[in-house]
Parts: sequence; structure tokens; C-alpha cells
Amino acid sequence: MNLYGIRAIYLFEMARMRRTLMQSVASPVLSTALYFVVFGSAIGSHMVSIDGVSYGAFIVPGMIMLALLTQSISNASFGIYMPRFTGTIYEIHSAPISYVEIVLGYVGAAATKSILLGAIMLATARLCVPFQIEHPLWMVAFLVLTAVTFSLFGFIIGIWADGFEKLQIVPLMIVTPLTFLGGSFYSIDMLPPFWRTLSLFNPVVYLISGFRWSFYGVADVGLPLSLGMTALFLVLCMAGVRWIFRTGYRLKS
Amino acid sequence: MQPAIAIHGLSKTYASGLTALRDVNLEIRRGEIFALLGPNGAGKTTLISIICGIVTPSEGRVLADGHDIIADYRAARAGIGLVPQELSTDAFENVWDTVTFSRGLFGKPADPAYIEKLLRELSLWDKRDSRIMALSGGMKRRVMIAKALSHEPRILFLDEPTAGVDVELRRGMWDMMRRLRDSGVTIVLTTHYIEEAQEMADRIGVIRRGEIILVEEKNALMAKLGKRQLTLTLNAPLARIPQMLQDYRLELSEDGGRLVYTYDNREHGGDIARLLQRLGEVGIEFKDLSSSESSLEDIFVSLVHSPS
Ligand SMILES: Nc1ncnc2c1ncn2[C@@H]1O[C@H](COP(=O)(O)OP(=O)(O)OP(=O)(O)O)[C@@H](O)[C@H]1O
Ligand SMILES: [Mg+2]
Repeated sequence: MNLYGIRAIYLFEMARMRRTLMQSVASPVLSTALYFVVFGSAIGSHMVSIDGVSYGAFIVPGMIMLALLTQSISNASFGIYMPRFTGTIYEIHSAPISYVEIVLGYVGAAATKSILLGAIMLATARLCVPFQIEHPLWMVAFLVLTAVTFSLFGFIIGIWADGFEKLQIVPLMIVTPLTFLGGSFYSIDMLPPFWRTLSLFNPVVYLISGFRWSFYGVADVGLPLSLGMTALFLVLCMAGVRWIFRTGYRLKS
Repeated sequence: MQPAIAIHGLSKTYASGLTALRDVNLEIRRGEIFALLGPNGAGKTTLISIICGIVTPSEGRVLADGHDIIADYRAARAGIGLVPQELSTDAFENVWDTVTFSRGLFGKPADPAYIEKLLRELSLWDKRDSRIMALSGGMKRRVMIAKALSHEPRILFLDEPTAGVDVELRRGMWDMMRRLRDSGVTIVLTTHYIEEAQEMADRIGVIRRGEIILVEEKNALMAKLGKRQLTLTLNAPLARIPQMLQDYRLELSEDGGRLVYTYDNREHGGDIARLLQRLGEVGIEFKDLSSSESSLEDIFVSLVHSPS
């Protein structure tokens, strides 16, 4: 096991975050605060509570999930795309390091960043609305699982992308809509039956539902299903990464 | 002694269908400086990239220090350093961090004293806190060398290390290569400055269209293929070469004032005395005499252009 190698990649990526502190931390925190002002305070004050949870508090888990997904993907995809783009990836290829170790370094760093970000947003939210976390351990478990899974997903996107536009396209065109439609701002129980059934094909629903359950003990779908779906996506992403390194897809000629 | 690098039946066909290497067999000896020469697109970078793990071979086998580069890649790569042809660096990193990163990546614990020594040796110490994008091209090239040496490799690949490096610095790099070789590091070098190969290499390999067409000791190669010329400046111009001198490969300059004798190092090296004697016999006098040796460059050009 090349522990020094993993550490080198991890620290390199964390240093990149420090350099881009504004972009990686400040901007998601700012946009979250804006959501709270608009949805939580302005609109939320006119909304009835959902499942006995005030609207302001109800949207907290969804908001954090939204940021967690998009940030995990963009951090991890950027992290591996940059060395491919600049050519410095030659060094990774020529190093005595296995692909699992490479992934541990890059994905570990990206996930760490999103978890930190999630924690900061949680603290920010706590300043705006009062809420309690019923199952803190489950909350942390969901946070970590989601951060890791979507960082892996981002890693795959960073290898698949052959231009900066493609890097943006998945988070922007797929993940954000799915998150909005996945019940960040509402319970899917509030939807008409047809749309409700359709929503069940949206994987993000399970993430948000599980995460919200860890906060308030109420959920759109059962906990085992939420966990199972998240774990399934994790396994799919791991298989994808394995395939990439086995075949050298877009990495080696 | 086990070779530093042993290449058996190595071929590479890129996805585009282009065959960049054909059945390459080559051994690099431990502790030598091996210069790989060949025209653009001959396959030099492809060969190096395969050995270093950047490109996947289509066929064949490579051992580095006795370790298979695929089955036993960790052991193989740990002992190899690479300075690639392209200058690719992390623009936003500083010099110190990027060199430290490389050492860690290759699985070695931090050693600030060694990195300091390395940076001083490459005249980069003053630049250690500079961002790489603020460096000149030659400095970036040296950063790449520092990265390649950061984990104290036993085998060093230099893919055109002195491209774009000024004369003084190039000599400094040559000195460094010699020091490395003297400390036991094996060096494989590609270059388009034949003069550099002539200066540095112990052995020379020539690659053309993916095939190794020649591997020789540099000195032996120069002696075997090198041509020598003896030029005599005559006291009085000649109209034509006298009959008595027909046996020699002589050429007369247009004005008849100079006589040029061309000979191979291996063949007629000893004939000069007799030629001069003959000249005396036929009464040709000369006021000056100079000899020249063809360079590796001439040899290279004639090799690469000769039909296969
Ligand atoms: N990734 C690639 N995909 C397809 N073809 C490639 C690739 N890399 C190199 N080639 C081709 O392989 C051949 C050998 O290229 P290579 O870079 O090994 O040459 P070289 O000897 O290093 O040349 P130079 O002196 O210009 O650096 C060339 O025809 C080149 O176009
Ligand atoms: Mg090349």
C-alpha cells in the first residue's frame, strides 16, 4: 500500500481547495443562506408545516443534500479533469500507485470537502431556523455515504469529460433538476399520484428522504429503501471506476 | 549483470491503427548513459512512455531492474524517474510543494534536506516559493527534472531534456547527468541535438519508424562508420589527379588548389604515410594539411536516410 502516495494526492487536492476557498465554500454557503431567506423566511412564513415540521426547518436537509451532491461532483470531477487537461496526469500514471489508491486520494479529498461544507451549511442553517436532529449518527452516516458516492460519480465524470462544458453539464442539467424534483422543497406525498410514482424513479428522492428522516424522523420512503438505493448507487459508481482503470478508458492510450 | 532495462518483442499499435513500435528488443545496461536518437515520430516517446507506465504496450515484455513493468509495476516504477517531453506542470503550485508532492507520490517519506539539495543543484533554490507559472521555460524544465529525481530513482528517462535550455545551463545539465551516472544511475536520453549524444552517451540506439535499426557503443560507432578527411592545400594548382594516385579516393577542388583524401577509420587509416610519400614522388608539394572527422550527426543522417 502506497500510503505516502495517497497522502500526497489528498493533501494536493486539499491545498487546491484552500486556494479556491471562495469558490468551494463561500459561494455554496451564500446561496444556501439566500434560499433560507427566500424560501425559509419569506415564503415559509406563509406555509403550513409539513409532517409537523415547520417549512423553514423542513427544507434544511434538502438544501444540504443539494449542495452536497453538486459540490461532491464538481470537486471530484475537477480534481481529476485538471491533471488530464494540463498533462500532469503522466506523473500519476508513472507512479508506483494502484488505481484504488489514486481513487482514495482524489475521492477522499473531494468527499472531505463536501462533508466540511455540509457541516458549515448545517451550522449556517441552525442560525436561521431552529431545528433538532433526531438521529445524529444516521445523519452523519448519510452525509458521508452521499459525499463519497457522489464524489466517485464526479470522478467518473471528470474522466469522461473531454471539455470544460461537459464537466458542467451533468451537475447542472441532471443533478440539480433531479434534486429540485426530488423533494428538497416539498414532500413527494404532496404530489398528485402520477407525479408521485414518477418521482420514485428519481434516485435523489431516496437520498433526501433518508437524510430528512435522520433529522425529523419522518420520511417519504422507508429507511431501508433509502439506504439500499444509496448503497446501490455507490456500488455502481465503484464498478464504473474499476471498469475505467481496467480498460484505461480516456486515461491511457 | 542484470540489465537496468530489458525489452523483449515490444510492439505498440495505437487505437488510431498507427503502429508506433515494431518488435523492439533492447537492453539498457546498468549505469550507462544511453542516447536514443531518431527523427520526429520515430517512436522514442512511445517507447519511454510504455516503460514508465503511461502507455499500454500491445505486445511484448519489459523488465525494469528485473521487475516486470506490468505484473510488478510497483517495484518497477519505484526505481524510475521520468522527465517527459512536454512541459506539463501545475501552474498554481509552488516549486517546493510540487517537488515534495512527487516524492510522496512515489511512496517515499518526506526528506526536506534532500529536496533542498536537489533544488540547489538545479539552481532552483531561490525559486522554491515561486508559483510555477511565474517561471521561465528553462526553469520549468528544471522543475520537471527535480520532480523526476525527487524519489531518488535508479533509472532516469530524459525525453529531450535540453530542448529550449540555454547553452550554459545545458552544460550544467550535462554535468549533472554525469554526476548521476557516476553515482550509479542509469540514464536513457532522447535528443535531437546529436552533439549532445556525442558528448554524453556511452551507447547510442537509433530508432526509425518504430524499429531499432542500430545499437552501438558510441566510440565504436564513430570509429566504424565515421569518415575522416585529409585536406592538402597545394603550393601550385593541379589540372588533374596524376595517374599514379588513381588508387586513392582523392578529390581535387575546382580551382585545383586543394586535394581531399577521404578514408574510413577502419580501412585505410594507415595509408596516409604512403600517400604523402607518393605525392613527394610525383612532385606535388603542399603548404598546409588538415584533417577532419565526420560527426555523429553525419552518421545519423546517413543512417536514417539509407533505405532499409
Ligand atoms: N496517443 C497517440 N495516439 C495515436 N498516435 C500516437 C499517439 N502518440 C503518438 N502517436 C504516434 O506515434 C508515432 C510515434 O510518436 P512518438 O511521440 O513516440 O515519436 P517521437 O520519436 O517521440 O517523436 P519526436 O521526436 O517528435 O518527439 C507518431 O506517428 C505519432 O503520431
Ligand atoms: Mg518524442
